[in-house]
Amino acid sequence: MDLFEYQGKQFFARYGIPVSDGDAVATVGQAVATAERIGYPVVVKAQVQVGGRGKAGGIKLASNAEEAREHASNILGMDIKGHRVDIVWIERASDIAEEYYASFTLDRAAKLHLGMLSAQGGVEIEEVAATDPDAIAKIHVDPVDGLTEVQCRAWVAAANLNPAATEGAVDILTKLYTAYAEGDADLVEINPLILTPDGRVHALDAKVSLDDNSVFRHPDYEVYDATQVRDAREQMAHERDLQYVGLDGSVGIIANGAGLAMSTVDIVSQVGGKPANFLDIGGGANADVMAGALEVIHSDRNVRSIFINIFGGITKGEEVANGIVQALERVALDAPIVIRLDGTNAEAGREILAPRLSDKLQMQPTMLEAARTAVELARDEAAQAAGTRSLSAAESTIQGAKGGAR
Amino acid sequence: MSVFVDENTKVVYQGLTGSQGRFYGKLNREYGTQVVAGTNPKKAGEEVDGVPIFANVGAAVRATGANASCIFIPAPGVRDAVIDAAEGGVKFIVVITEGVPAHDEAWFYNKLRRDFPDVRLLGPNCPGIISPGKANIGITAGHIAKPGGPVGIVSRSGTLTYQALYELQQKDIGVTTCVGIGGDPVPGTSFIDCLRAFEADPETKAVMMFGEIGGSAEEEAAAFVKSSMTKPVVSYIAGVTAPPGKKMGHAGAIVSGGKGTAAAKMDALRDAGVKVGLNPTEAGELMAGIVAAF
Repeated sequence: MDLFEYQGKQFFARYGIPVSDGDAVATVGQAVATAERIGYPVVVKAQVQVGGRGKAGGIKLASNAEEAREHASNILGMDIKGHRVDIVWIERASDIAEEYYASFTLDRAAKLHLGMLSAQGGVEIEEVAATDPDAIAKIHVDPVDGLTEVQCRAWVAAANLNPAATEGAVDILTKLYTAYAEGDADLVEINPLILTPDGRVHALDAKVSLDDNSVFRHPDYEVYDATQVRDAREQMAHERDLQYVGLDGSVGIIANGAGLAMSTVDIVSQVGGKPANFLDIGGGANADVMAGALEVIHSDRNVRSIFINIFGGITKGEEVANGIVQALERVALDAPIVIRLDGTNAEAGREILAPRLSDKLQMQPTMLEAARTAVELARDEAAQAAGTRSLSAAESTIQGAKGGAR
Repeated sequence: MSVFVDENTKVVYQGLTGSQGRFYGKLNREYGTQVVAGTNPKKAGEEVDGVPIFANVGAAVRATGANASCIFIPAPGVRDAVIDAAEGGVKFIVVITEGVPAHDEAWFYNKLRRDFPDVRLLGPNCPGIISPGKANIGITAGHIAKPGGPVGIVSRSGTLTYQALYELQQKDIGVTTCVGIGGDPVPGTSFIDCLRAFEADPETKAVMMFGEIGGSAEEEAAAFVKSSMTKPVVSYIAGVTAPPGKKMGHAGAIVSGGKGTAAAKMDALRDAGVKVGLNPTEAGELMAGIVAAF
């Protein structure tokens, strides 16, 4: 899960990483009160999980209450690339002498943790990586040993920071690694990490992504889960414990297993259709899970047909079939369904479904044929919907003409 | 022959007393796998379906000669379970459990690499491994795999592993060993480990490799195929049309570079001489063509 900047800074602060004094607020009144408490100048920063908020006018400097009020009221409610600003972070403005970049993440290829440090911070680090890769000092950290002080000092030296920043950087990076490792983070990133004119090193931004799988030892992370950005469909799926990614097509997809679900999205696209979503119902396919999945798909108004693609491994075909039958009794659907059922006891499953088959519930023997049928049905349904619309438009024209004649 | 496991592999199930461990342990035993022991520190001396339970893997190894372990323990206990297995003396550890924190995986992967270099870890979050007709360790439905070769399978995703087995079974093509390496950030066994083993196995004549988007494991595998493999490889990469996953911030983007997309992976594989199918069925057909020419 990705944290907002204010959550990331609070997370950093717990590990002793210096961040600016500040507070996250949701109203203009609170923004001004916080600014008054901290003392001017303050920075008013939009809290959205998308880059480029500065350019969009989401970061402003305020020297007095008047300005704090003005900026907070402009930024709260602002739309930045489709993300609405509900929270602003107010913090004490910092004097900046130099801007650096620092991060830790997992290097999956090396199977070690990777630290990156650069004297060229405050800008898009991808650009630095592309144009001047030597400007990024990299270090691999063995998870068994952790980051040693000797290693950390050599790394800081390799990055050619201002010598005045050395001690502060070693201190922050040591704490940043602790936050990364003990906090079970997928990513911790400070950009910019700043050196102030009076020689302090300080995190001016915070990007933190935490491992969802670690929540069992960090029960406090539930608060972050509650603030994750999801669209309505994704939220609905999340509440039902389903792995869902919303897409913008018309063929709803339900499959068991992430790989098969991805493969189903591929195959629908390959035969000329547009998938409405990726939905992995996991290993089991009982009535509750299937009904939940159908409810989520049903809530998507773009869906014109549904493709249920199940490969029974240990999950038996008859259990899957019964799950589908019971789910259909509980969820009323307009869109036609195409089922492909293979694997363990698939024959028994197909027998259960056979007497219920109709135009609205079809079965196909292979993934490919099922995908083709689902795509054709989506087209037919879309054409019908368009037909209904043009008909009603024609009707209203006729009625309008009648009205004019009268 | 087969790779990594066969009829002589003796397996201790860590978590055999739990509902999942008991269920799959029984299925694996019915398949013919030598399920010789289970572990549970609180139930040592008891039995589950006739299989003796020991306090730890070391005790199980001493009493039964087990040389492999299969872990069904919930995610919070996996880190300790892996070390218990390695210290206990088994040489092959399969972790079926999903939801293991990435930091735990990175830790025990490196701990094994350093202190137990002759131990092979498979998983976590994988369906396990099956050498059809000989041994099935994990959650794969045994009857969808046709024994005998000549094809070896390696796959990242669980259900796609089944799909791969099924595609070959439909075409009456046998499998030497099918390895599900799992899709977690730090898999114990990589594509390359499996490709190397299949290249060395005289009965495996061709390899089917199913990958998916994310990371760079498929690109690394492609480089290995190009440099070190003589046997034909057929591949399928899931996620061709998937939208980019959640952004991992700038650091992640740099680590992956241009790698990670399905297109990049397929290009790398084709460049290495691998035949790439656009869906599992097409991959199965490509493999059928290769096998027919043997």
